[in-house]
Formats: sequence, structure tokens, C-alpha cells
Amino acid sequence: MLTLYARRRLINAINLGISGLTMLFGLFWLGWILLTLLEYGLPGLTMAVFTQTTPPPGSDGGLINAIAGSLAMTLVGTLIGTPIGILAGTYLAEFGQRGWLAPVTRFINDVLLSAPSIVIGMFVYAVYVVKIGHFSGWAGALALSILVIPVVIRTTENMLRLVPNTLREAAAALGAPQWKVINFVTLRAARAGILTGVLLAVARISGETAPLLFTALNNQFWSNNMNQPMANLPVVIFQFAMSPYDDWHRLAWAGALLITFSVLSLNIVARVLFRQQATTH
Amino acid sequence: MNAEKTTTPKLVVRDLNFYYGKDRALKDINLTIPEKMVTAFIGPSGCGKSTLLRTFNRMYQLYPKQRATGEILLDGENLLDKKQDLNTLRAKIGMVFQKPTPFPMSIYDNIAFGVKLYDNLNKHDMDDRVEWALKKAALWMEVKDKLKQSGTGLSGGQQQRLCIARAIAVKPQVLLLDEPTSALDPISTAHIEKLIDELKEEFTIVIVTHNMQQAARVSDFTAYMYLGDLIEFGDTSTVFTNPKRKETEDYITGRFG
Repeated sequence: MLTLYARRRLINAINLGISGLTMLFGLFWLGWILLTLLEYGLPGLTMAVFTQTTPPPGSDGGLINAIAGSLAMTLVGTLIGTPIGILAGTYLAEFGQRGWLAPVTRFINDVLLSAPSIVIGMFVYAVYVVKIGHFSGWAGALALSILVIPVVIRTTENMLRLVPNTLREAAAALGAPQWKVINFVTLRAARAGILTGVLLAVARISGETAPLLFTALNNQFWSNNMNQPMANLPVVIFQFAMSPYDDWHRLAWAGALLITFSVLSLNIVARVLFRQQATTH
Repeated sequence: MNAEKTTTPKLVVRDLNFYYGKDRALKDINLTIPEKMVTAFIGPSGCGKSTLLRTFNRMYQLYPKQRATGEILLDGENLLDKKQDLNTLRAKIGMVFQKPTPFPMSIYDNIAFGVKLYDNLNKHDMDDRVEWALKKAALWMEVKDKLKQSGTGLSGGQQQRLCIARAIAVKPQVLLLDEPTSALDPISTAHIEKLIDELKEEFTIVIVTHNMQQAARVSDFTAYMYLGDLIEFGDTSTVFTNPKRKETEDYITGRFG
């Protein structure tokens, strides 16, 4: 018969062991993915990738048009989605205690948050691409912005809810009107958290393929016209990886490596920012 | 009510009732708070002392289900009147909370935030006002070289004095203190109690406290509350040494609560 203390130590050791193993299990796949990407992607990651456009099969080329297209559409999508998301999230957290509008908005936002991205792509295709008559970078950015909005709404609301109510009361007790309380006190207190949410949204959309397939499509050539079909990394990876050509495969691996490590570093930056906020409060 | 001290009424509470939804938290409160004195509210948890304090600046209006009926007269003007402008009211009645609540901005801006709501001061006058408020709150010597640093980086006791400075920078007439020292160590508490003694020269102070010794030390008048009723109100020395009501005596002597 074990003593109480020994039994507790044993149970603790078992639980800790199981937790450690599951963590290792998760990390193992992540590590394998990253290693595979490095193994196949690094040899293809030459200067040409950053200087030349996507080549026809059998000739040299790079990914510069796809990189530029991805950056442009991600940037525009974020610029459209972020203000809307922050404003709506602020409404939900700061004004949403009375009435029916906030609960309904929150529910719709949850649906939007979990909507498959291909549905968003088809939606933009139906309401924008079909009306305009051609694929375009704007349509791609629009589809991405619809993915950004619910993520930013959710994190903004959550971060504002973390701001203690006494801080709002303290500002209101000085006689500050609600808009000043929100602008100068609560949003400021939640700033790092909200920024983290935006970065996570950027990370999420920078790897999205489905919403771009029906909207921006792709472009073999350099284009800085957002009103034309636009090359982008995810769709190029999709197209090149499905092809039978070895040089296209190499470029697809290089592109995948680029996206993955950009997303990874965005996530790390977001974590660091959030931790900084946590320690200053 | 008291012959020894000559007092002018500052706040007069008449038939005040307060509701959290359907729960009646304050029952027909009648009370007169004298000007430039310290009035303490004591009583066990949940007796309504903080609730009463929060009606004086209508803090409860932030929450949809809370409401008050009756009258609270500030210099004869009913501040529960719907026509009463909230922000003007709160300029006259400042508040400091249980937990220090520095805003996420510099020490200087913490003070300037409230001042800017009412006064359009130039840089020089604002500097003077910030210095004046920090000196009043006995914090100036500790922070004068780091006014640009974040207010959240100060110690708990310093943060609380920053909050007091922030409240008095607006130059209110009444200062509401909601258990201002319950989150602080004994030395910071002593600082704040000394401060309260100095501040009553200029402000009418109402303090809610769990600490009966504190009420006895800092206040001129004491109100004992229990379950939403005002049981006894009077001169602090009378309430503590010769209470009229048995309930008050039981609470003060520690037989209950």
C-alpha cells in the first residue's frame, strides 16, 4: 500500500508523462513538416526566386510576381478588414451589453469565423467577379478581407474584455464621455492584444488558397495592376505542385518554405508582443 | 445632529432606494454629509456601503440593470435628476477605487487626462497643475524625475496616490474613496490616511472602509450600515464610544460581522 504522498507523486508523474508525450507527438509532426520544407525548399531558394517571374515549364524563373501579388493582396485585405474588425469588436465589447444587435452580430461572426474559406471565395466570385466580368487582385483582396474581419472582431472583443472594468469606471468617474474612455483608456490598454489579433489574421490569410482561386486566379507575368488577375504564392504552389515538371516542383517547394516561415515568424512576433503587454500590466 | 462641530451640509440624501434589477440594495436612506469633513461608511460586506457611495457620482449608470430612486442633493441641487449632466457632476465629485487604476499612459498624462476634459490649459499651466496635484497627493518627490514613465510601473501605494492626484487635479468638491487602502501594505496605508487628513482642508471626503480602526482614525462622522439600512449615523467618537443602537455596538465591539 502506497502512502498518500507517494501515490500523489506517482499520479503526478503519470499525468506529466502523458502530457509530455502528447506535446512531443504534436511537435514531432510540426518538426517533420519544417524539416521536409527545408530539405526540399532550401535548394530551390535561389536569388532567381526573388528576381524573376514564374517561368514556363523547362526554363528558369522565380516567384517574384507571386510574392508581390501575395503581399499586395494580403496588405489590401488587411487594410480593409482591420478597421472594420476593430470597430465591430469595440462595439461588441463596449456597447454590446444592451439590445439584440450585439448577440446577433456575435453569432453571425462565429459562423463567419468557421466558414470554409472556399465558400468566401465563391461568394466574392458570385457578387464581384461575375459582375465585373474578370478575375482581379481587388477581388482577391476582398475575399481575404472577409477572412480577416471575423478574426479581428473576435480578438478585439476578447482583448477589450480583459481590460478590467474598474479602469472604465475610473475614467468615467473623472467625467470622461464614453468615446474618450474607449479611445484613450480601454483601446490603449488592449493595444498589444489587438495588434496580436491583426498579426494572426495576416498569418491566417497569407496561406489561403481557396478564396484566391475564384477571385485573383493567377498570372504568369509581372503585374502591378490590381484590376487584373494576379499571381499569388498559394495558387502558384498549388498549380506548380500538381504539375509533372521538376523545375516547377522546386519552385513550389521554395514558395511553400517562404509562406510557412513568414507565417511562423508572424506568429512569433505576435507572441512576443502579447507577452510584452502581459508584463507591463 | 451634533453640537460640538459646526458643519455645513454638502450632500443631503433623502429617501434613497437602490435596485440591482429586482434586488433592493439600499432602503430609504436619509443622511447628511457635512462639508470639508471626512465621513466614513462602515458595515459588514454586502451592507450597501459601496453601493451608497456609487450613487453619489451615479457610477451605477454604466450598468443597465441598476437604478436609484429618491434624492441626493449636492449644495441643494438634486444630482439624481435626469437633467443633471453626468460629466459636470463627475467633475465636482471625484472617486478613487479599491484597486489602484492607473491608465495605460505616462504619469503626467494620467493626471492631465482628467484636467483636459474641463480645462484648456497651455503647456505651462498644465505642468503647474500636474505638479500641484502630485504634491497634494504626496507623490511629487517620488515621481518628479520620471513623469514620462508609465503609471503602471509604480508600486501599488504609489499607484493609489497617483489615482488620488488624478482625482483632485480636476479640482472636485467631493472626493469618494471606496476602500482606498484595502489593497495596500501598512506603510502605504499610513501614507494615504495622513493624506486624507490633509485633503479634508479643501475637499469633502466620503470613505468606505472595512477597517474600523481606520474609520476611527480618519473620520469625523461615521455611518454604520447593515443589509441596506442605515442603522446609525453620527459623530465618529460617539458612534465608537457610545453608540445609540445595540447593532452598532455589536459590530464595533466585534461580536458580529
